[in-house]
Amino acid sequence: MSSTDSVPGGRRPARPPRRLTRNMTAKVASIPMVLTALVIFVGCTVWSIVYSFTKTRSIPKLEFVGFDQYERLWSTNRWLVSIENLAIYGLCSMVFSLVIGFVLAALLDQKIRFENTFRTILLYPFALSFIVTGLVWQWILNPNFGIQKVVQDLGFENFAFNPLSNADTVIYGVLIAGLWQGTGLIMVLMLAGLRGIDGEVWKASRVDGIPAWKTYIFIVIPMMKPVFITTLVIIASGIIKVYDLVVAQTSGGPGIASEVPAKYVYDFMFGRRNLGQALAGSTMMLVTVLIVLIPWAYLEFGSKKRG
Amino acid sequence: MADQTSVSIRNLDLSFGAVEVLKDLNLDIGAGEFLVLLGSSGCGKSTLLNCIAGLLEINAGQIHINGRNVTWEEPSARGIGMVFQSYALYPQMTVRGNLSFGLRNARVPKAEIARRVKEAAEILQIEPLLDRKPAALSGGQRQRVAIGRALVRHVDVFLFDEPLSNLDAKLRADLRVELKRLHDRLGNTMIYVTHDQIEAMTLADRIAIMRGGRIMQLASPGEIYNRPANRYVADFIGSPSMNFYEGHLTQDAQVFESGDFRVPLAAYPFDSAQPGGRPVTLGIRPEHVLTGPMAKTAPVAMGATVEMVEPMGSDTLVWARVAGLPLRLRMDGQAAVAPGDQLDIGLDLARAALFDAKTELRL
Ligand SMILES: Nc1ncnc2c1ncn2[C@@H]1O[C@H](COP(=O)(O)OP(=O)(O)OP(=O)(O)O)[C@@H](O)[C@H]1O
Ligand SMILES: [Mg+2]
Repeated sequence: MSSTDSVPGGRRPARPPRRLTRNMTAKVASIPMVLTALVIFVGCTVWSIVYSFTKTRSIPKLEFVGFDQYERLWSTNRWLVSIENLAIYGLCSMVFSLVIGFVLAALLDQKIRFENTFRTILLYPFALSFIVTGLVWQWILNPNFGIQKVVQDLGFENFAFNPLSNADTVIYGVLIAGLWQGTGLIMVLMLAGLRGIDGEVWKASRVDGIPAWKTYIFIVIPMMKPVFITTLVIIASGIIKVYDLVVAQTSGGPGIASEVPAKYVYDFMFGRRNLGQALAGSTMMLVTVLIVLIPWAYLEFGSKKRG
Repeated sequence: MADQTSVSIRNLDLSFGAVEVLKDLNLDIGAGEFLVLLGSSGCGKSTLLNCIAGLLEINAGQIHINGRNVTWEEPSARGIGMVFQSYALYPQMTVRGNLSFGLRNARVPKAEIARRVKEAAEILQIEPLLDRKPAALSGGQRQRVAIGRALVRHVDVFLFDEPLSNLDAKLRADLRVELKRLHDRLGNTMIYVTHDQIEAMTLADRIAIMRGGRIMQLASPGEIYNRPANRYVADFIGSPSMNFYEGHLTQDAQVFESGDFRVPLAAYPFDSAQPGGRPVTLGIRPEHVLTGPMAKTAPVAMGATVEMVEPMGSDTLVWARVAGLPLRLRMDGQAAVAPGDQLDIGLDLARAALFDAKTELRL
C-alpha cells in the first residue's frame, strides 16, 4: 500500500495550477510595456494602413477612396525611380556586403599579424552615423576635390570618377558609401562565425586533400548558415535605413535620380502635406519588409522546433 | 614485432612562437604496429600527431613514412588517415557524402568510390546509416563514420587523436575492442593518442609515454608496467598509483632504508651493480604487496596496520601504515579487513622499482 503512495505523480494535485496566475507579479509589471507595444506598433500600423485608403491630406479624414492613393503612387515617376533605386541598392548591398565581408573575414582568419588593428580599422566606419558617412563620401566623390582630383593631380589627366553627378550612376555612389560603412560589421559577424567552426574540421579536410576554397564553399559556409541568416537580416535593416545616407549624400539628386521610398514617404508627409499618399507609400514598404521577414522567421525559428 | 619501419621521426623540433613543445624527438614505428602516445594533458601528444600528419610545420627534423621523406608533403599526400576527438564530420553531408567527399575530390572513379564506401561501411557496420546526416547519429556512430573516412582512403598509417574521449564509459569500452579487431583485420600501422591508460595498455603493441615534449619510455605495455624506466613513468602508469619511499641504499647496497622501514634488496633485479650509500626512491605497486599465506613466504615480510578500507567490488584497496610510512595495497574483493587490523605483508621485490633520487632513473 505504502509503495503506491511513493510513485511519482501519485500525489499530483487534481488540477494543474492556473496558467493565468502563475508569475503574476511579472505579468502585471509587463502590462504597460505590452500596451505600449500594442498601441504604438500594432495600433499605428493599422492606423496608417486604414488612412492610406482615404483622401486625407494634412488633417486625417476618414473619407475612403479605395485604391486611389495606390494608383497614384504607382503611376508617379518619382516612386518608380525610388523603388528601382531601392532594388538596385538592396540587391547590390546584399551581394557585395556578404561577399566582401566574408572574404575579409576569411583573410583575417588566416592567423595574420595585427589582426586586431585591421579589425578595428574595418569596423570603424560602422561607429559613424549614416549622416557623417554620407557627407564624407559626398566629399570623396566630389570631382573638384575628391578621388577624381587626386588621381588627376597624379598625372592621369583624363581620369574621371564622378558617380554622384550622373543620374545613371548616382545610386552606385550611394552604394559605395553604404558598403564602406556596413561591411566592417558583416566582416566581424562572419569572423565570429568562422571562429566558431571546429578547427578539427579544417584538419580533416586537409587530410582529405580538399583545397581551401572548396572547404569554404562546401563545408564551412554551409556550417555557418545561422550566421548568414542573421547577417542577411542586419543587411536588410541597413537597406531600409539608406534614407539617411541619401539625404546626406545627394538629397535625392541629381533630379530625382537617387530617390528612395522612405524619402518619398517623408517628403509627402511633411513636405507636401499629403498624408494619404505618404501612408500608401509606407504601407507598400511594410509589405516589402514582411515579404522579407516572414521567410526569414520561418527559416530561423521554424526549423528549430523540428530539429 | 614489425620487421620494417613505417613511420620514422628524426630529430623533430617544434615550437609555437617562443614555446618549445617538441624537442629533438626521435621515434621509429614498425609496419603494422599499434603505437600509443600516452601522457598527461599538454605534453605534446596531439602536436606530435599533427606533425606526423603534416598539419603543423615543423621547425627542424625529418619525417619518413614508408621510406619516403614526407617532411614537406601536404597531409593528403602522406598516405595517412586521421580520426579526431570531435569526430570533425562535415555536418551538411550525409554519411555517404562524408566518406566519399575526399575521394570525389581526388577524382577517383565513381565505381571505385562506391566500392570503397561499401567496404568501409561493412567493416564498421554503418551500412544502414549511409544516407543520414551526422546530426542524426549517436556519438559512437559518428566516430565510426570518422574512422570510415580514414578507411576509404586506403592508406597505410592511421592517426587517432583521442578518438574515444567524447564517448561514455560503456561505449568507449565497446569501441576500444572494435578498434583492436579493426587493427587485427587491417594490419595497418596505427598511431593512437590518449591519456587513458586502460586504452593504452589494452590496445598498444608499444606505448610511448610523453612528458613535456619528450618521450620518457618507449616499450611494450608489459615492460612499462613491470619495469618503468623512470619515476615519472612508474607514477603515471597504474591505478591506484605506486607507493614511493624516499630513502637511501646502505653502503653495501644490499638494503633500502627509510627510517625504521628497512627492505633487504637481495631479490631486487638490479640492472647493473650499484654503488651503495646514496639517496634512492623505492617504488612498489599496491598489487605487488603480498598478503595472506604468500606474505609469510615472501623474501621481505613485515607487519602493517590497516587505517582505511575501500571495497571496490572485484578487489579491495587498503590504506595501511608500515614502520610509520603510508602504504596502499590491493587485496581480494572478499578480504575481511577492518581499520585497526594487523596485517602480515610481503613485498614482491622482483616487481618493485628502485630509482636514483637525483636522476629519477631506474637502478
Ligand atoms: N596553437 C598553439 N599555440 C601555442 N601553443 C600551443 C598551440 N597548440 C598547443 N600549444 C601548446 O603546446 C603544448 C602541447 O599541446 P598538445 O595539444 O600537443 O597537448 P596534448 O598532449 O595533446 O594535450 P591534451 O591531452 O590536453 O590534448 C601545450 O602546452 C599547449 O599549450
Ligand atoms: Mg590533444
